[in-house]
Amino acid sequence: MSKTIAEINEKIKRGKAVVVTAEEVIDIAREKGGRQAAEEIDVVTTGTFSPMCSSGVFLNIGHSKPRIKLGGGNVYLNDVPVYTGLAAVDVFLGATALPEDDPRNKFYPGEFNYGGGHVIEELVAGKDVRLVATAYGTDCYPRKKLETWINLKDINNAILFNVRNAYQNYDVGVNSSDRMIYTYMGVLKPELGNANYCTSGELSPLLNDPFYKTIGIGTRVFLGGGIGYVAWHGTQHNPHVLRTDNGTPKEPAGTLALIGDLKQMKPEWLVGTSMLGYGCTLTVGIGIPIPILSEEILRYTMVSDADIFAPIVDYSEAYPQRKPDILGEVSYAELKSGHITIQGKDVPTASLSSYPKAIEIANILKGWIEKGEFLLTEPVAPLPGIESGITFKPLKERPIDG
Amino acid sequence: MDISRRIVLHFPPRVTGQPVVYHLAKDFDLTFNILKASITPGEEGLLIMELSGDQGNYDKGIEYLTEAGVKIQSLSQDVIRDEARCTHCGACINLCPTIAFSLEPKTRIVLFDHNKCIVCGLCVKACPPRAMRVYF
Repeated sequence: MSKTIAEINEKIKRGKAVVVTAEEVIDIAREKGGRQAAEEIDVVTTGTFSPMCSSGVFLNIGHSKPRIKLGGGNVYLNDVPVYTGLAAVDVFLGATALPEDDPRNKFYPGEFNYGGGHVIEELVAGKDVRLVATAYGTDCYPRKKLETWINLKDINNAILFNVRNAYQNYDVGVNSSDRMIYTYMGVLKPELGNANYCTSGELSPLLNDPFYKTIGIGTRVFLGGGIGYVAWHGTQHNPHVLRTDNGTPKEPAGTLALIGDLKQMKPEWLVGTSMLGYGCTLTVGIGIPIPILSEEILRYTMVSDADIFAPIVDYSEAYPQRKPDILGEVSYAELKSGHITIQGKDVPTASLSSYPKAIEIANILKGWIEKGEFLLTEPVAPLPGIESGITFKPLKERPIDG
Repeated sequence: MDISRRIVLHFPPRVTGQPVVYHLAKDFDLTFNILKASITPGEEGLLIMELSGDQGNYDKGIEYLTEAGVKIQSLSQDVIRDEARCTHCGACINLCPTIAFSLEPKTRIVLFDHNKCIVCGLCVKACPPRAMRVYF
């Protein structure tokens, strides 16, 4: 049995495609058997809704009269600095950028109530955003100061371009020290007081396509409530990791770089986020369709929380000091039970990734496909797999003086 | 009829030196369970407590507090979840000392039991989308 993406698209256009979520497929395929399920199901939809720091927006704000060269100048959106090392009126707004007068962790733990991710959310929500710029002035771009409101609907381009999203598996964060710590894995209580995890498990896009057999460059996806595309493999993409017998990575592995037009996205799927004592970020909603081209592809989508294992990492010592030690491995089924056992201690668990929102995304995408509004794309190139030899390199520091 | 209410008391600086809780117990026969207190003589103080007793005595006790210059708020209005901002991630669940948050097992939606909240504020800053807000 095998199908092509073109055949599936024909069924989608006729409103005949059978679409199920990555959660639903597990029971259906167990009941019907892989072969029959693979024949009947055309698409499995995945979803995730998590803080993803390597996210940001390229903006072209249009030319003022007289013109100003923002490139090389200083530009702020709602007091949040943006990157200007581009052409005259292109800037990049990163999710973790902070206003210069934010106290950071000077008053520990810092609150980080407003940053780049929040500006992105406000832009998408259609709110006016205050642009303040200074520039050096040139013969062709004489203006040196600009203060204006801008609005997403009026500017030329707003391209969400996230260089690392949708991590294929992730650490479980704990704290073995004797004091509270404030991390990107949330607030971690002392002496293994809690454990936080951060993927949608059996609904997570790359955990349903462990060897990147269908998700590739050019794959059309749900991104921030609109349409986006896989632009490239994400930064730190690391296919060569420990895997279970069915191929599921047992540690953080593949990643995706995603791109899409911010103007058609929605603020409920791009949420400005504050991690106490850590910083600002953006919570991004992503849903990826997996075409069921064969029984093998279907079998990958049957991955359930019991089959997904994540490393338990001590964020008070091993993580900051980049030590390889882990405190054990735990399955997503155990994590989702609300308690795990670490070194004989009962530790309550919680997620930073929203499972209810991940289900909602997988169902929205399912609806789009069922209604014929969303066609699947053939990847133009595959993501690098295990055979690529790509590894995740640490920084080798080399002293500059000496 | 006996009643039990959880209330937030705001003390102006001049009242912080007075043993008002002692009077509530002795003069009005009310029992109290202090949930949170932040009182420094000479500064504005905050006391969150559960106050129980006969309805008539309770009302007299509240009247006494009001006359003493204490501002009283019902606790249940103080921490509110902005339902539109909550993403149901779960970051709050294990931080709450009174287990006011729980997961609905099937949907994994985060439930907030207002009645268990003691307004400690731990969830407010730890909430990534800042959906929990304290209103004083």
